Amino acid sequence: MNSHSSSLGRIIFTIIMAMCLRIAPWPGFLSNINPDWVLLVLIYWALAVPERVGIFHAWTVGLLTDVLTGRMFGQYALAYSLIIYFCLMLHKRLRQFPLPQQGLFIFSCLLFSQVLLFWLKNIQHPDQLHLSFWLPVFTGTLCWPLIYTVLRRVRLSRRTK
Amino acid sequence: MAIIASVALLITEHRSHRLDSLRATLSVVVDPLKYLVDLPTVLIEQAADSVSSYSTLKRENIQLREEQFIDKTRLLKFDSLEKENIRLRALLENSFKLGEQLLIAELLSINTAPYENIVVVNKGTRFGVHPQQPVLDANGVVGQVFRALPFSSEIMLITDPNHAIPVQVNRNGLLTIAVGSGQLNRLNLPFLPNNADIRPGDLLITSGLGGTFPSGYPVGVIDDFTPITNKPFVNITATPKAMLDRNRELLIVWSDSSPVSLNAQPTASKASETHPLDQSTNSESVNKTPEGEQTGTAHNTQSAGSGLARKAPAGARAGTNSR
Repeated sequence: MNSHSSSLGRIIFTIIMAMCLRIAPWPGFLSNINPDWVLLVLIYWALAVPERVGIFHAWTVGLLTDVLTGRMFGQYALAYSLIIYFCLMLHKRLRQFPLPQQGLFIFSCLLFSQVLLFWLKNIQHPDQLHLSFWLPVFTGTLCWPLIYTVLRRVRLSRRTK
Repeated sequence: MAIIASVALLITEHRSHRLDSLRATLSVVVDPLKYLVDLPTVLIEQAADSVSSYSTLKRENIQLREEQFIDKTRLLKFDSLEKENIRLRALLENSFKLGEQLLIAELLSINTAPYENIVVVNKGTRFGVHPQQPVLDANGVVGQVFRALPFSSEIMLITDPNHAIPVQVNRNGLLTIAVGSGQLNRLNLPFLPNNADIRPGDLLITSGLGGTFPSGYPVGVIDDFTPITNKPFVNITATPKAMLDRNRELLIVWSDSSPVSLNAQPTASKASETHPLDQSTNSESVNKTPEGEQTGTAHNTQSAGSGLARKAPAGARAGTNSR
């Protein structure tokens, strides 16, 4: 039981770190390509410990992200819960994939989330978005190996002790 | 389940403001993160402050003293002008608009969305901040409060593509609207006809129309442009006066847009009411927030005219043109 609660603590800690990265004041161009760290971390945990990260958790985290970034309520909640649903459905297969193939899946996830946000944004008030709106999808995919290795170390560090 | 819940939330938020309290509650959970992210910047700033050398401080001190001297001298004239203005308005049976109360808010160095010109400051509803309040800095209009949360509030800059501000040309009073361009150094003026009397270098000030922004604050300066003869509208741009990307301190304004009645005194003017003719009270802080908390951050810029303002009859709404 103790191990479970500590792994939950790790998950919450990494999500908080991801939220900090999400709103960090990146200088200049970097802020345009700042990927959706929260979603990447959520995807990792959903693939690694699907019994601990459910759709409801993703929904809650999404709601907090909505508040944190000042979006309309439910935007990120909807995107995150849908993507985590896919991840939970496919997690057994995805875990067997090599990293490039996983990257492809991550890319489609991020793209789906961004399309959903774009669509919701356009429903509220149509306005032209700069093309750099789509850049975080690519940088997010490129960051996936990093997230994967870092979070894997976080997850396994306890077991080695 | 989650999908239904989020769609329901989306629709409710889109239709009404009923979810504001929920947002305020949740923001208490996530707002510490904003301060956490902001912490390195604050620490670096403090470190820079503590190691700045004696000579730098001395130079800065001298410079500031000179600036204050000049400003004070200007204020002397400003007071007499203001009183004259009040007297003239009394003659015209027009009510005089009292000065505004200001609250200094500090920018939190976080970035919520790169493609929007929205910044977050460290003062929220606990300080009485409410949506649609105008926000200024020392040079001009910055934007307006977009959403007020308990411990922080989001401010939409005047350069946001979704923001428009009613302005007038200071030289001749030509009214128009300045729309944000998405770039921090550019405002668009899309509604000016080709033969409008406007020149590069003209100062744009807020016109006070629309009721959100008090009139008379500088907004921007017209850039160079070339008139296009075969089109009905010219594409004129302006550079904002406020230092949108350099300032860390912003001023949130409580503007009293309703006319001053003979009996009612706005809370903002009470503090300086006792010394209506004492010049020195003008620039001094009176430590008074709207709720009357002693926080040391609120400044009352109400000028010495409040004593006379009471005598001004309450006529029509405060004039849109303060000059």
